[in-house]
Amino acid sequence: MEKYILPNIPNYHKIDVYEQHGGYAALKKALQMKPDEVIDEVKKSGLRGRGGACFPTGLKWSFMPKGNDKPKYLAVNGDESEPGTFKDRQIFEFNPHMMIEGIIIGCYAMGITSAYIYIRGEYRKWIKMVDGALADAYAKGYIGENILGTGFTTNIYTHCGAGAYICGEESALMNSLEGERGYPRVKPPFPAQKGLWGMPTTINNVETMANVPLILNKGYDWYSKIGVAKHPGPILVGISGHVNKPGVYEVPTGVPLLTLINDPQYGGGVPNGKKIKAVIPGGSSTMVLRGENLEGVNMDADSLKAAGSSVGTAGLIVMDEDTDIVAVLARIAHFYHHESCGQCTPCREGTGWLEKMLHRFEHGEARQEDVEMLVEVANQIEGNTICALGDAAAWPVQSFVKRFREEFEKRVKVKEEVEAA
Amino acid sequence: MLPNMSLQEKSQKTAHPSGDNRFKLLDRAITKHQGRGDSLIEILHVAQGIFGYLENDLLIYVAHAIKLPISRVYGVATFYHFFNLKPNGEHTFVLCMGTACYVKGAEQIQNALEEHHHCKFGQTTKDNKVSFITARCVGSCGLAPVAVLDNAVVGKLTRDESIKRVEQMRNSVKATEQTVQEVVV
Repeated sequence: MEKYILPNIPNYHKIDVYEQHGGYAALKKALQMKPDEVIDEVKKSGLRGRGGACFPTGLKWSFMPKGNDKPKYLAVNGDESEPGTFKDRQIFEFNPHMMIEGIIIGCYAMGITSAYIYIRGEYRKWIKMVDGALADAYAKGYIGENILGTGFTTNIYTHCGAGAYICGEESALMNSLEGERGYPRVKPPFPAQKGLWGMPTTINNVETMANVPLILNKGYDWYSKIGVAKHPGPILVGISGHVNKPGVYEVPTGVPLLTLINDPQYGGGVPNGKKIKAVIPGGSSTMVLRGENLEGVNMDADSLKAAGSSVGTAGLIVMDEDTDIVAVLARIAHFYHHESCGQCTPCREGTGWLEKMLHRFEHGEARQEDVEMLVEVANQIEGNTICALGDAAAWPVQSFVKRFREEFEKRVKVKEEVEAA
Repeated sequence: MLPNMSLQEKSQKTAHPSGDNRFKLLDRAITKHQGRGDSLIEILHVAQGIFGYLENDLLIYVAHAIKLPISRVYGVATFYHFFNLKPNGEHTFVLCMGTACYVKGAEQIQNALEEHHHCKFGQTTKDNKVSFITARCVGSCGLAPVAVLDNAVVGKLTRDESIKRVEQMRNSVKATEQTVQEVVV
């Protein structure tokens, strides 16, 4: 398939090369249209957010209030900190202008004059690259005052995060942009009513924004025919773990997971011909799938939902037959305990308990009833917190125990030993 | 420094009372952000880049300069993992412990390094040369296992390679001057 987001064109990150290949044409086209028409185009394309929740982008944009009586903001989420996810980095490095073009189009559609790109602090090198690309776009008059003589003005800024996973959550991201601790906010009010500095705000993922120029360039009809109908478009899949060729691959949605893992074009199979034991399909917070149940599961929202997981950020982590499932889950639990912001008790305390219990499993000190207790603690966290981090911590535990129960029961201390102790 | 001094007055001052010229760099960054409280995180990034870590006096200085309560500045500095309140060694070795790196054997690297260099992760070697730190996920899962050595990402690490790299760091001379430059520009 032809590649659109990460095409094989050398120096595509440079503005001249990008323009030679039709770059910024979508912007020119959008600026000729009415803002509402642009939103309508995106709506009809069926583009769904690439940040994990798969929310329809056009619909999200249409929630923004009309008129200019208040300042409005766009925040672009490039905080990707989910273990297994490394797709936005490729856009920053190889195709920043497509993202920038998408941001300007989004600003025009929603009448926004300031946009912020929030990039995680670990990506210092890529922040510099994006800053460079922004400077080039300013110099060419695509950003700034009176863009291409249309009288439309918008500015784009980068913001460097400071190493907090929680800041990828949209309301925590807004707090972080305001220079506060990254605490998620209670919703409602939703960001479209009351977001950054109390003003209407839209938050979109980096990859989502990079898809927007494609839609404007080639029309919603063309875009909606890529991949599966309910979740169309090209998607960046990050494959990592036990595969021969880990990396980020652009595919249309709906490619089978087994193709992604085994096809020499993509993952290239598991090293040493080992079997697949488990796959996490969309970054560490999505539910794990057993290796033998991968037949017929595709990389799109509906197929993965039917299989009992979700597409998340399309960060595929493959684990071979020798992997210690309990140790992996203990590692994931440690991550969420470490990253819990501490606002809600179920998450702050619960993630700690999960980690402690899994530590016991890992070192053969767990009791029989701990298997049930793990699930119970996870159930107590899920849905009882302000933001989705609580759910993200609970889902791996629930699914690992559900799908690999025997691995946990094997690690339980035998009864006689308990009594003897 | 008096809290009620205007920014302009501050920028006209030639030196910090301690005579430490690094404060001039910090003042320049604060002026660039118009002394706004919203830019606290950016200013702390610069402060850490210049001073290496954020000691209490520095946090108080920043709080006064951008007119925020000390508690707020301290709260933000302690919330984000990027900010150190204690000094690190001259070099840092940040080993990624994300799921993909873990699956690919980051723990073996951790054990090998701890054994070979007699220093646990979370600590600094006795000669104050290298700090061993673990990270959650640095977003380079395709290169797993990954470590960040003084801001440079090194992928596909092996045990021997990491031991060798740390030895190189321990034998090298100080290189902080350059990092200061990089942060300020």
